[in-house]
Amino acid sequence: MSTVVSQIEVPAGVNLPIYMDNHATSPLDPRVLEAMMPFFTTKFGNAASRNHSFGWDAEQAVEAAREQIAKLIGATAKEIIFTSGATESDNLAIKGIAEMYRERGNHIITQVTEHKAVLDTCKRLEKHGYRVTYLPVKADGLIDLEDLKRAIDDKTILVTIMAANNEIGVVQPFREIGKLCHERGVLFHTDAVQAVGKIPVDVIADNIDVLSLSGHKIYGPKGVGALYVRRRNPRVQIAAQIDGGGHERGMRSGTLNVPGIVGLGKASEIAMQEMDTEAAYLRGLRDSLKAKLESALDYVHVNGSWEHRLPGNLNMSFVYVEGESLLMGINDVAVSSGSACTSATLEPSYVLKALGLGDDVAHSSIRFGLGRFNTQAEVDYVAAKVIDIVQKLRELSPLYEMVKEGIDLTKIQWAAH
Amino acid sequence: MAYSDKVIDHYNNPRNVGQLDKGSAEVGTGLVGAPECGDVMRLQIRVNPETQVIEEAKFKTFGCGSAIASSSLATEWIKGRTVEDALAIKNTDIVKELSLPPVKIHCSVLAEDAIRAAIGDWKKKNGVAEAEPAAVTAQ
Repeated sequence: MSTVVSQIEVPAGVNLPIYMDNHATSPLDPRVLEAMMPFFTTKFGNAASRNHSFGWDAEQAVEAAREQIAKLIGATAKEIIFTSGATESDNLAIKGIAEMYRERGNHIITQVTEHKAVLDTCKRLEKHGYRVTYLPVKADGLIDLEDLKRAIDDKTILVTIMAANNEIGVVQPFREIGKLCHERGVLFHTDAVQAVGKIPVDVIADNIDVLSLSGHKIYGPKGVGALYVRRRNPRVQIAAQIDGGGHERGMRSGTLNVPGIVGLGKASEIAMQEMDTEAAYLRGLRDSLKAKLESALDYVHVNGSWEHRLPGNLNMSFVYVEGESLLMGINDVAVSSGSACTSATLEPSYVLKALGLGDDVAHSSIRFGLGRFNTQAEVDYVAAKVIDIVQKLRELSPLYEMVKEGIDLTKIQWAAH
Repeated sequence: MAYSDKVIDHYNNPRNVGQLDKGSAEVGTGLVGAPECGDVMRLQIRVNPETQVIEEAKFKTFGCGSAIASSSLATEWIKGRTVEDALAIKNTDIVKELSLPPVKIHCSVLAEDAIRAAIGDWKKKNGVAEAEPAAVTAQ
């Protein structure tokens, strides 16, 4: 009787389950938790209370965090607005600019592999009379700057293009995009959630006007994010989307999440100090994982540009094996799949499809997101496990058998269902 | 997504994996689904020409755990049945047995299609008309 159960030995020092899905979220760094703790307990004040030490302590902590975050991206503290996370930051940036610059124009440019926080915001604006251009991406997942040049017209007010993609980890040429925007007098917003803290991002050198970032992707807490809003050359204005007490210079009302903000600040400080060594470390782990998988398995390939990629990202297709069944076999390893067999639509990842991958290949993809706390021993185990399960599932795969027999799958009349 | 124990059992220990000789007159092959939909099942049966009993069933499936389980279960169920009995298996029986959630019902539909396709192929090879009842065999 055949079996898919894997008997891979767990190396010493490896605890199961292994977390390798750091693009979805990352564990809280213990140093961050330590910094946050007092602000849940003794230092619980409201940062907007001006009349007592509880408020002053909270305000001081918030301003220190603002400084730490600004430093990480080359901004000044006054340019940082706190939000509940990157989805809110993206909404505030795009809707806030669209509203504020409505008289100048109604055209926005974005691209097809953006996060839904950007795409769905743009779609909503289309219902309100805005015109949105969705640039395509090339097979490597990067936009063509010539496409962007051609798309900008005299009604364009905003270009919003992510710094790095959450699924395939490819890094867009954001510095060149920003330069182009500045030459044409168009504002540039970037969703830099996956890039900040992982690769160098400098709002001045990279010509960024507005930038979204998030706490929980950089080993900070969930429920806190920030929006960088440039104050000079040009001074960017944003219409508030939440009204209330006029916090955050009127751009985002609501009592500040002080412990969260302190955590985001600390996480930014650590990221800044450790980025270079951590990037080299993650690249080493990631390259080792890729090499192991490629040497043991045929019909595997990397999705998206290998050269322009986040250090911790490996997105791979294991052709002729369906992604969800692979995840089921490696259930002591937390990764994610581009197969949407679990979703109601049954549509595979729109990001992978945008690269021109066939649905069958998109259904076979796995995203490995390596992070600060992963080890080489974990990589060794994950590689062995994935290889084992892929081989077993291919024994079960009629497609793999047919391809091995030399049958051209594209010549078969499949009955789509 | 949480899988039922039965789905996990079939996924971990799939029954009747393999391939039968496609060229044999006693073998019927059904290949259903499409790679771009994320599901392809191949189900094969070997039918005893005297008794019309399915003596052997094999499958291979590209698909999620529920698709693998549905086809594995289908081979288990049809083995030992006559072809006409096997046609009585409904996708809803598979849904019930494996406790499939609504988003996975298509896996059971595909398994039923695979049974029908394999039997259809066998009938075609052996000149048994689809509409007619199967030839009566003396017991």
